[in-house]
Amino acid sequence: MRTNPISTLLSAAAILLAAQVAHASDITLVGAGGVLQDAERAVFFEPFAKEAGVTFSEDSYAGEQAKIRAMALSKNVTWDVVQLDHAEMIVGCDEGLYQKLDWSKIGNPEDFLPQAVQPCGVGAFAWSFIFAYDQDRIADGPKNWADFWNLKKWPGKRGMRASARLTLEAALLADGVKNEDLYKVLATDDGVARAFTKLDEIKSQIVWWSTGAESIERLAAGDVAVTTAFNGRVTTANQNGRHFALVWDGQMYGQDYWGIVSGSPHKDLAEKFLAFASQPEVQSKLPERIAYGIMNKKAIAMVSPKAAEAMPTAPQNLKNAIPFDAAFWAENDADLTAKFEAWRAR
Amino acid sequence: MNECLVPEQERPIRRAKLTTAPILLSAPLVVFLTVFFFAPLAVMLSYSVRNNEVPSVLPHLSKAIATWDGRGLPPDSVFSALALDLRSNNDSMALGEAARRLDFEAPGYRALLFKTARRLQAEQTSTASRDELTNIDARWSNPRYWLALNRATARLTPAFFLAAFDLKIDDVGHIVRVEDDRRVYLDTFLRTFQIAGTVTLLCLVLGYPIAFAITVLPRRLAAALTFSVILPFWTSLLVRTSAWIVVLSKDGVVNSFLTRLGVISEPLQLIFNRTGLYIVMVHILLPFMVLPIRSVMNGISPNYMKASASLGAHPCLGFFKVYLPLTLPGVGAGCLMTFIIAIGYYITPALVGGAGDNMISFFIAFHTNSVINWGMAAALGVVLLSAVLLIFGTFGRLLGFSRIVALK
Repeated sequence: MRTNPISTLLSAAAILLAAQVAHASDITLVGAGGVLQDAERAVFFEPFAKEAGVTFSEDSYAGEQAKIRAMALSKNVTWDVVQLDHAEMIVGCDEGLYQKLDWSKIGNPEDFLPQAVQPCGVGAFAWSFIFAYDQDRIADGPKNWADFWNLKKWPGKRGMRASARLTLEAALLADGVKNEDLYKVLATDDGVARAFTKLDEIKSQIVWWSTGAESIERLAAGDVAVTTAFNGRVTTANQNGRHFALVWDGQMYGQDYWGIVSGSPHKDLAEKFLAFASQPEVQSKLPERIAYGIMNKKAIAMVSPKAAEAMPTAPQNLKNAIPFDAAFWAENDADLTAKFEAWRAR
Repeated sequence: MNECLVPEQERPIRRAKLTTAPILLSAPLVVFLTVFFFAPLAVMLSYSVRNNEVPSVLPHLSKAIATWDGRGLPPDSVFSALALDLRSNNDSMALGEAARRLDFEAPGYRALLFKTARRLQAEQTSTASRDELTNIDARWSNPRYWLALNRATARLTPAFFLAAFDLKIDDVGHIVRVEDDRRVYLDTFLRTFQIAGTVTLLCLVLGYPIAFAITVLPRRLAAALTFSVILPFWTSLLVRTSAWIVVLSKDGVVNSFLTRLGVISEPLQLIFNRTGLYIVMVHILLPFMVLPIRSVMNGISPNYMKASASLGAHPCLGFFKVYLPLTLPGVGAGCLMTFIIAIGYYITPALVGGAGDNMISFFIAFHTNSVINWGMAAALGVVLLSAVLLIFGTFGRLLGFSRIVALK
């Protein structure tokens, strides 16, 4: 019997398609990429998949919400669990981009640090925004934000994050604003102008970074003398043979969250992942891989002393620390970002 | 005389074939471009004047506020219409779109709208809407926020196009310049043209001699040279840009080579400034300059130069009087292509440029991905597209479109 070539082609296509469906994973987990996601994979993703007997696929993003909004609005959601910035989580929760969580399925809220328990997010880890320099190039380095601005004593390019958040705060701290007044000053027009005036002092020397990996690469290559950074990446670089100094004085700390995208096709499994990632035994392994803080109070006690020393929450690191005010940014982001980009392009 | 060779009756048939065949052959491409390029482009560009986010979520308010004269505070009916709309809203995503649109008109509006909606939905009171709203947030007694609502409920909006030129409509309805600390686009457009112009000029200065060398060198050498010019084409833009970071950085190849030779004692700052941007962009865009010029030079018979020499002209004079004018169509096409492509760059400036080297496409991507203001992105896109079409049109008039398109 002769077969119709078209039907042969169609059935071949059908087989291929079926194979693809079978290979499609059970859940898609999305992080911020780089060494952080490597740690998350080892601590959360792979053990979860093993325990639940499911397959997972990964994606990473730089925190832009456009893709998630497009998914949620078009009801074509391909991401299930995403790592979220605190301010984005607040905004997205208002706008229905993230699912309201049923905490009874995740864990006992009492077990967590209070800021970890949110309507649309489960605290994933705590970070510190600090600055770092290479001890192989600078022996006696800058010690606080005012020193970061001192181009005379420590000449060279300054790596800074291409974002109004944390950058404006750093400028005000360098200008002598007291920790407790920081967000009060930033809430006024004069305060914002003051931050930009301060940034003008070093503008010609600024090299912008947008991903955490860039900040470390440029410091390693000597293209910047000093750079702002998230602490975990600096510690990881040091574990790989670098001699970067972290300056904890004036550090700003905050949290990132796990959230579930509205309309996620694997909502139940996503909730199971959040519950898994919140267990103390699981969480306690994260600081051993990357120097970020954790949210489950029981887990904090399980961390080895050596790893605990490098965490944002270690007492010696918290001496002069300022909490990042996500609610402030959720309200003022659009305005300050517009001004920041206008200033940056000038 | 020649016409007699073709039999009379065959001619019309031939002609018919010649017109239908190209249409049929290009039909798939035309359909493809319409569906996947022109239609989405038109939809995207329509965002630049579209203004339906607020009316679709706040229908009662949109109707009520149309009757307001815009002076002082609106009447009670407008307050109750807003309270009614917010109280009955059950689509938080759509409310998010509206809130974002309003935040563009008056900073802080997003938070205000959500706070008000949350509070209204939580408590049912019998007080008048005016008091109720102002109790929730005193900003509701500020006419500024009502004027913003008024602007955001019009059918079409000029706000995004005005913003693309650093202009806005103020609270009394006049078109004014935006505040100093928000002015950004005019300067960025100028910088974009300036960078693209400089890159084009540098490409021309470097590319013209290369194109000439390719035409006169022996076949084998010419092929090698062409290959090395085209090579960058086959590597991804991102890879090439990252490679340049390695080459030009403080510890990079160039600096360590020059230091070892003793030419410099301190490493040069070759990247993360305008110099680095020019180096990388010229490298990436050079083929677009060399290839059109070379193709024109290939078609110039050497006899012209011989003729000018035989008439006693010095080779220099011959070059400027005879050869150069003949290559001008290629130069024009090359410059036009390089300039138009350079205008659209944004990843390269962001990666290797200095603190203030962002080009306008950066803002289009920024508004699309980061702040999600598609109206603004579309308006900037339309302005950029118009500028490109204007340049293309002008050059086309000067050089002839056929020369640019077909590289004749």
